Amino acid sequence: MSAPEASSAAVPTLTTNNTLRNAFGGVLSFFILLLIGVLAFSIRLFSVIKYESVIHEFDPYFNYRVTQFLTKNGIYEFWNWFDDRTWYPLGRVIGGTVYPGLTLTAGTIWWLLNSLNIPLSVETVCVFTAPIFSAFASWATYLLTKEVKGAGAGLTAAVLLAMVPSYISRSVAGSYDNEAVAIFALIFTFYLYIKTLNTGSLFYATLNSIAYFYMVCSWGGYTFIINLIPMHVLLCIVTGRYSSRLYIAYAPLVVLGTLLAALVPVVGFNAVMTSEHFASFLVFIIIHVVALVYYIKGILSPKMFKVAVTLVVSVGLAVCCAVIAVLIALVASSPTKGWSGRSLSLLDPTYASKYIPIIASVSEHQPPTWPSYFMDINVLAFLVPAGIIACFLPLSDASSFVVLYIVTSVYFSGVMVRLMLVLAPAACITSGIALSQAFDVFTRSIKFQLPGVSSKTEVDAGETSSATKEAQNDAVKTEKAEETSKDRPSRKSKKKEREHVEKPSTKTKAEKKRLLALPLEASVISLLLLVFLGAFYVVHCVWAAAEAYSAPSIVLTSHSHDGLHVFDDFREAYAWLRHNTDVDDKVASWWDYGYQTTAMANRTVIVDNNTWNNTHIATVGTAMSSPEKAAWEIFHSLDVKYVLVVFGGLVGYPSDDINKFLWMVRIGGGVFPHIKEPDYLRDGQYRIDSQATPTMLNCLMYKLSYYRFVETDGKGFDRVRRTEIGKKYFKLTHFEEVFTTHHWMVRIYKLKPQKNRIRGKTKKSKSKTSSKSSGTRKKNPWL
Amino acid sequence: MEISRFGLLVFTIAILASPAISDLVLSKVDRRIYLTSQIVRISSSLKVENGGPEMVSEVLLAFPELQAKKLAYLMATQHEGKGKAKNSAAALPVEVASPKDMPPALTFYSVSLPKGLAEGDSFTFDVLAVYTHALQPIPEQITQADIQLVVYQESAYYLSPYVVKVQSLSIKLPDSRIESYTKLENTKIHGSEIKYGPYENLPAFSYSPIVVHFESNEPFAVAQELVREIEVSHWGNVQVTEHYKLVHGGARSKGEFSRLDFQARPNLRGASAFRYLVANLPPRAHSVYYRDEIGNISTSHLWGDSKKTELLIEPRYPMFGGWKTAFTVGYGLPLQDFLYKLEGKRFLNITFSSPMVELIIDTLIVKVVLPEGSSDISVSAPFPVKQWQEAKISHLDIDGRPVVVLEKTNVVPEHNQYFQVYYKFNKLSMLREPLMLISGFFFLFVACIVYMHADISISKSSASYLAKQQWEEVQGAIQQVQNIISRCLTTHDKLEASLRDLSRTGDVQACKAARKAADGLLKELSKELKPLLTFLHSSPSAAQILPKVEELVAKERELQEKVMAKHSTVVDGYEKKSGARDIENRVALQQQKLTALRQEVDDLLEFIDDI
Repeated sequence: MSAPEASSAAVPTLTTNNTLRNAFGGVLSFFILLLIGVLAFSIRLFSVIKYESVIHEFDPYFNYRVTQFLTKNGIYEFWNWFDDRTWYPLGRVIGGTVYPGLTLTAGTIWWLLNSLNIPLSVETVCVFTAPIFSAFASWATYLLTKEVKGAGAGLTAAVLLAMVPSYISRSVAGSYDNEAVAIFALIFTFYLYIKTLNTGSLFYATLNSIAYFYMVCSWGGYTFIINLIPMHVLLCIVTGRYSSRLYIAYAPLVVLGTLLAALVPVVGFNAVMTSEHFASFLVFIIIHVVALVYYIKGILSPKMFKVAVTLVVSVGLAVCCAVIAVLIALVASSPTKGWSGRSLSLLDPTYASKYIPIIASVSEHQPPTWPSYFMDINVLAFLVPAGIIACFLPLSDASSFVVLYIVTSVYFSGVMVRLMLVLAPAACITSGIALSQAFDVFTRSIKFQLPGVSSKTEVDAGETSSATKEAQNDAVKTEKAEETSKDRPSRKSKKKEREHVEKPSTKTKAEKKRLLALPLEASVISLLLLVFLGAFYVVHCVWAAAEAYSAPSIVLTSHSHDGLHVFDDFREAYAWLRHNTDVDDKVASWWDYGYQTTAMANRTVIVDNNTWNNTHIATVGTAMSSPEKAAWEIFHSLDVKYVLVVFGGLVGYPSDDINKFLWMVRIGGGVFPHIKEPDYLRDGQYRIDSQATPTMLNCLMYKLSYYRFVETDGKGFDRVRRTEIGKKYFKLTHFEEVFTTHHWMVRIYKLKPQKNRIRGKTKKSKSKTSSKSSGTRKKNPWL
Repeated sequence: MEISRFGLLVFTIAILASPAISDLVLSKVDRRIYLTSQIVRISSSLKVENGGPEMVSEVLLAFPELQAKKLAYLMATQHEGKGKAKNSAAALPVEVASPKDMPPALTFYSVSLPKGLAEGDSFTFDVLAVYTHALQPIPEQITQADIQLVVYQESAYYLSPYVVKVQSLSIKLPDSRIESYTKLENTKIHGSEIKYGPYENLPAFSYSPIVVHFESNEPFAVAQELVREIEVSHWGNVQVTEHYKLVHGGARSKGEFSRLDFQARPNLRGASAFRYLVANLPPRAHSVYYRDEIGNISTSHLWGDSKKTELLIEPRYPMFGGWKTAFTVGYGLPLQDFLYKLEGKRFLNITFSSPMVELIIDTLIVKVVLPEGSSDISVSAPFPVKQWQEAKISHLDIDGRPVVVLEKTNVVPEHNQYFQVYYKFNKLSMLREPLMLISGFFFLFVACIVYMHADISISKSSASYLAKQQWEEVQGAIQQVQNIISRCLTTHDKLEASLRDLSRTGDVQACKAARKAADGLLKELSKELKPLLTFLHSSPSAAQILPKVEELVAKERELQEKVMAKHSTVVDGYEKKSGARDIENRVALQQQKLTALRQEVDDLLEFIDDI
């Protein structure tokens, strides 16, 4: 904004001065971006420093396993991979049911490094993929925001995104999950869309489709893009902002994007058949109609045009009605109305808890609470409204897109806590705009009113403002430098044009802003407050990265008076399974531990975190909530050799299987009606103390969790439930304990062989036939 | 059972092939068998006497075939009395021998004596034989609460192709709990030690099987496979990485494992399990890590002083009989402690086997990775090993680093001796990789610079290219125009600001000065504008936007005049000390026009921007 003033310094040296300043600004912003990348990368390394370089949690283990397979067997084997070590006996076609973006990315990085003879292990590459892509994501944010509101806002937004806790929670080193690359893909797709919208270049439109393709490869959240962009196009059309640039930005994306999306096996024909994509096609039709109308309007005289409009509208309405009727009929004929469960629960937040317990049982599918907003986006929550206002001054195509993005993502994040992740970039962009605009206003006011500066208004203007502040001011400063860069005729014609386009918004805005000058004291104080706010944000983010989100969740630590205590029970159990059971043994556990068991223990599991078959999960849930004998039969019919339960009662680990038991009963009961939830409830509550129902005290999960637990302290005091257990002394008849970890967090039981059940040889034939024929028919859902 | 039957067989053979091959006589044999760990060590001291006329320089040692299979290590040393340290004794060369007319079920080793024995001469030497897997657990499967019992079988008589005059045997057990043992004549038991003998004047190939069944809760840690990778870096580090595949080689565990029992009474319920291993690493070992394929294992302790580094590692879970685990231990060592120079060659002098205490290794593979560019590689090992070479491609290598691979089966701690790898290496090759990196980045930057400075359009004379260039120039000019206009606008703003100052301070002079300055600046700017406008006039591709630009310039000029007029009116008003409201009234109309004009100028600017 200071560009005009700055260049008035000396007329003859104007051009050289400009070139220098331009180069300086370019280099400066390049280094700032580099530092932002380093910041984004290094703030996510707390988990490696505090714990170790290890894959985190549940889903990352699956992705890690897939990546290992990919690097070992190559891409073609990967597409054809039928995994028989999970969902036994059904198996799973991994190649066709997985979003391959993340895996292929990490696989490519690994391959590249290895072909350069840098022998990093697959695990190392997987661990650091997320931080690397966070750096990319913050650069993409810079580009996007720069398209919307100029480089200053871009840099601010990039800094904010580099350390927004919500994104950190999903992308710390080791958190090798789809979201890690998907957020980058999301922002980059939006950037290319805006870029195309601003330039009207078909080149960017094509790139946009490819970025969209990458997003489709990476995450199911791509439906957000393919609904948001049509919404924005519609908004532009409705507000009379239709232009050929809009058409170029949209039409190729739909055609190319859909074609490319259909190439991803997991999407396939869904790209044209499910309701999630219908909006884009509808808008595709609309934009063509509008384009036609504009074209005809150009040809015809106003009067003729009016006649034509009435004619076309009447015919068009009829056709539209017919088409919509057909569509509705088609959609209505499919059972879920063409919408997948997760998407439906997005539109109707109560849908999942009502109909699909398996979706509702995942904590990240719950609606967030207010504190979680503060935790995850912190001060951005307060800056967002200011940013939205800044987007309206003036409203351009690009800034209207940002407004639409933030509004929709706020809605979605309110539905599902996991989608807070989509909100985070939007919040960063709007807050970046707000902050940089505020800094603009305040520094300009100061500049106008500072006695020494206002008369001279020289190059120092940039320096004086930058001297007062630190990080953000750097952004402002480079913004100025960036501004100047546009005033020079550059060699690269393309770059020229691109830079040219973004100027109007910033410049006119600047001119309007120039009229408002705030009092000196007020601006200084506000600046200080803003810096303070930024500092608070930084402190919070570092805290969140270091404390809240760095735990890998397979290793737990606790600080007690005698130092750090490590709970490495999960890996202890998995290592035991890996080395001391037969390779083809089947291990049954609740689905949460499926991915970890296949990846770390390399044993076949019955169900895992890819909850594609509700019946199968319900079978395991039923077994867990059945009495021992019935459970044994179910497990035996599934060829299960070992049962793994997670038990936190001894050390107070709250997310154990007893706490998840509610969902096992509910999911099991949803498919097998003989499991009735009320049987497990006393006065509407799950309890395991002496008030618990007999069904509860006799179910397998209770028995496996508390087997011989009473002997530890003589009372059987459960530290999670904070109560003494109901049934203290009991024996297992059909299962035997084969392994329990050091802190009792994982207990593994083996199914006793069949012959042990039968007492007395004379009864053998009778009891066997009776239990087989009558008993199993009722209780065993597998026969 | 099998062994005793075999013993009978030997007896029969012995009777058949009774004539001894030479006239040597073992005048005294003392054997001590140590069963205190899973590794069986038999140390015997033999006194040979030549009873025949010929010179004899070799003594044969006989081992039954089954024992020979388990024999891991055999060493003969000259007996030098008890006062001296064992290590100083010179080792006598031992070789596999297959003398004629000997029973095929026996394996023979011949010990070469330092000098031939003439008739009547005698010589005393010690033989240390180390066996692996010689203790057989019986029962083979035990529960968690059981203690582990093992069986050891030997002969009470020293099996030898020579006549033995006097002999005795003592067996040292880990504990005084003995389940059973074979009682022969002259059998005594002292606490944890069983003594057989002395027996006198036994013929060659005498054999009398004895069986000891006793409790042993020593760790039966067996590494089924150990791969040791020793990587030499001339930048100052020797990196040792050891991949263990460990199994508890004792009685197999059966039934359930109760953590409760194990935690409450670890010595009773879980006596046969071992929980940790101790490794004696070389001094100054650093960067020690202990992990497995699923991550770091946090249960380890490290102590170190100037003489040794002791590492205690616990596997993830207590090792019961038959349980397996796998892990990796790695550490770095300072190069100068292990690498020496000799006659233009370098040699690495490092221990062969694992640093773990009392560990049996079934298959040991030692890989020595030498720096890229090493040549003339040779290995000198103190015992026979299988060896071959391969290449390993590591960080930024081009043709890989030479790797010497040594393989040996049945390794016991006695094998932990130094071995040497000789090679030639040019110090300059060390700089290869840094130089490669430097030049790589250098060329990257050069390429960037070239790309930024070179115009790589395909055609430079085509019409579209020229038009584009022209259009670029026009755009540049228009931008400059815009620049100037916006600078004018800024000057206007400053004038407005000065008016505000005036209303605050009433300083008419400053305000006038500001106007003068602004006036000068504006004139300069309009001068600057002229060449640009003429350029635009002359350029054909600017034809479309020229009218707009001209309109813009005109409007701006009008605006300028209006602003000046307003300014002077206000200043006049102040000079005449008219009231603020009065001035405002006078200016109001001008102000309206100004804002309208300003709006138009802004619109025009925006329009031109949009092109």
